[in-house]
Amino acid sequence: MNAESNAIVPIGGAIRTPSEFRHHILSVLVENKTGVLARVAQLFSRRGYNIFSLAVAPTDDERFSRITVVVDVDTAPLEQITKQLHKLVNVIKISEIDPDEAIEYELLLATVAADAATRAQVIELVNLFEGRIVDVGSTKLTVMVAASPSHLDDFEALIVEYGLVELQRTGRVALQKLGKPTTRRKQMKGKVS
Amino acid sequence: MKLTGAQALIKSLEMQGVEVVFGLPGGAILPVYDPLLDSSIRHILVRHEQGAGHAAEGYAQATGRPGVAIVTSGPAATNIVTPLADAYMDSIPLVVITGQVATSTIGTDAFQEADTTGITMSITKHNWLITDANDIPRVVREAFHVATTGRPGPVLIDLPKDVSNASMEWYWPRQVSLPGYKPTTKGHPKMVKEAARMIAAAEKPIFYVGGGVLRAQGSDVLASLVELTQIPAVTTLMGRGALPDSHPLCLGMPGMHGNYAAVTSMQKSDLLIVLGARFDDRVTGKVDAFAPFAKVVHIDVDPAELGKIRHADVPIVGDVRSVMEDLLVELEAIRGSFQDISLWRKEIRSWQDNFPYTYDRTHEGPPLKPQYVIERLRDLNTEDTIVVSGVGQHQMWASQYWRFEKPNIWINSGGLGTMGFAVPAAIGAKVGRPDRTVWVIDGDGCFQMTAQELVTATTERVPIKVAILNNAYLGMVRQWQEMFYDERYSEVYLSPDLPDYVKWAEAMGCVGLRVVHPSEVDAAIEKANSITDRPVVIDFRTDTHEKVFPMVPSGKSNDEIVLGEEGL
Ligand SMILES: Cc1ncc(C[n+]2csc(CCOP(=O)(O)OP(=O)(O)O)c2C)c(N)n1
Ligand SMILES: [Mg+2]
Repeated sequence: MNAESNAIVPIGGAIRTPSEFRHHILSVLVENKTGVLARVAQLFSRRGYNIFSLAVAPTDDERFSRITVVVDVDTAPLEQITKQLHKLVNVIKISEIDPDEAIEYELLLATVAADAATRAQVIELVNLFEGRIVDVGSTKLTVMVAASPSHLDDFEALIVEYGLVELQRTGRVALQKLGKPTTRRKQMKGKVS
Repeated sequence: MKLTGAQALIKSLEMQGVEVVFGLPGGAILPVYDPLLDSSIRHILVRHEQGAGHAAEGYAQATGRPGVAIVTSGPAATNIVTPLADAYMDSIPLVVITGQVATSTIGTDAFQEADTTGITMSITKHNWLITDANDIPRVVREAFHVATTGRPGPVLIDLPKDVSNASMEWYWPRQVSLPGYKPTTKGHPKMVKEAARMIAAAEKPIFYVGGGVLRAQGSDVLASLVELTQIPAVTTLMGRGALPDSHPLCLGMPGMHGNYAAVTSMQKSDLLIVLGARFDDRVTGKVDAFAPFAKVVHIDVDPAELGKIRHADVPIVGDVRSVMEDLLVELEAIRGSFQDISLWRKEIRSWQDNFPYTYDRTHEGPPLKPQYVIERLRDLNTEDTIVVSGVGQHQMWASQYWRFEKPNIWINSGGLGTMGFAVPAAIGAKVGRPDRTVWVIDGDGCFQMTAQELVTATTERVPIKVAILNNAYLGMVRQWQEMFYDERYSEVYLSPDLPDYVKWAEAMGCVGLRVVHPSEVDAAIEKANSITDRPVVIDFRTDTHEKVFPMVPSGKSNDEIVLGEEGL
């Protein structure tokens, strides 16, 4: 065995998904100023709330950023969390997104062992998850998959079999599902029955 | 007009109407201290930055205006962390300005660099690190706005030295624009109506009055509410004086060392009308067993307090004064339908009569009974006297035995319980209210933490008066060791005469007196009251064995209140 293959460390299968415990998604619009992320993060730790994942990026309006936080609501009632967040002067708006009502996406990057024997299988798996090969080495591939967090968990559980060198996930971003014209659906129901 | 950042800071403080600042200079804040020489603002030079912070707190509580402190970077900034945490807990409007190393050296572990905004993030309402001198007037304006509106609290401005030295074009912002900060002041009319309906229908209602009523300057409206409804009120440690103690419906202090009537009326109540209070654990005891039959109307300016500890059946976010005014109107309209609660009042009255605060009045002494000393201090001073206390047994006795007839005359560290608070806070109070007599009721332990500020008091001609209830012990801790640790006293003995408090007082330019025998108490107090040109310290030798009662043991239900030695 060469040194390179020694570096291949399976990371131990899929991480616990937030769907297994009661989680909530907060989409927090904040002023795009230095230190705002620290304020939000410190508030969570100071009040004893667990953050499951967190993603931050500027919005289309450069004055604001959006922080998407997935919180473990067993650590504190959601209402307390949002009220405390609201007390931060830089927090403009907080939207709670019910996981059942959310479009949730997350990005995964992984470098996978893929020699001549397994390369085709890895590529097939990535294709099945509508991912892409983003870098190619002689014995490894780096792949990218953007999907719902639970799909990513599935992908991770499968890809780990080939030998993971490294894996990184971004934490999810989420938007509210668009309202469907409920009246029409009712009408359709009516026709069927 | 071109100004330096430092000049702009001082000018901004003047624009905010600041009359006095408490502080101590050093390297990073040097530029700010230069224009201060030409300013109308009075600077009080403290001997430790903690003193500056507590003095600003005392000033704020005595005047209702924000207290301001200016200190340098690094160790000075960390020295003022305790007052910030204290002010955050007790909702005291404070603006603290710290020097910072030059922006080019931030992050390099420069001399006297500390991450001040990082350290103080969770103990300020908000803080700012200014990196551009042009931001100074805007930030100062925002800082005072945030400190004084909504739920008041401390804010901090960190000012790097190069920014103080930089040049800027002076302006004064006409308004504050903080898109994420819009405190609700007006209560929801529907909720207020619902609250009125519940108050009218309740059979065993109680007003649970906290420090928020004082912060909102709502004492007069509270009195009207109590008059109209004839509902008794408890005033918490932070709310003492919000309703005069002589008012027949004022029950005084609830909680761990509250009186039986105040504690029990809450336990038996069917409706708690919570006004600017926050269900502190020292009030509730074991939360699950607190006021088990009560519905809750909770009025607070901070939405996060509603439902934080106890579910509110009617939560009302708003300025307590404004909501009380609206409530008064609603209640006036339905006064004909008020439930007759005279039996409830009678029941409470009997608890008051049967279980008042007591101590052994027959005891001849020496040593002095601490409660007796406080009663004499109370009776030999006017109702206007401002009382400032430390933290411990003496604080509880002061709250129990003083008679607070007016708002904002009782200043103490409630939420954080900061030993060493009293002397500097009293200096701030006296600076803010030179017309008032200011008495400190301190413990020997507390006094030793910040006594050096008496040098400040002497130098700056701030003639406060200090009564040390010298029981030679960290008495409150001793009490717990006696009651809950089998009298195994561990590291609580202080000695009655080391230090020699009289000599120490004299060394600091104060008059020092010692009282050993009860017969000397009055004369010493009268002598202290007659001295108005310098601080006075009286070393009262009090009984080590005296304990604070009643007591609800920590973590126990308020129903398990222990009235005295016999109840143990
Ligand atoms: C800064 C700080 N350290 C420790 C404590 C814990 N503590 C609470 S009361 C007390 C004793 C105070 O002693 P003293 O000032 O003599 O007052 P007494 O209880 O004897 O009246 C102590 C140590 C505290 N509240 N604050
Ligand atoms: Mg003591």
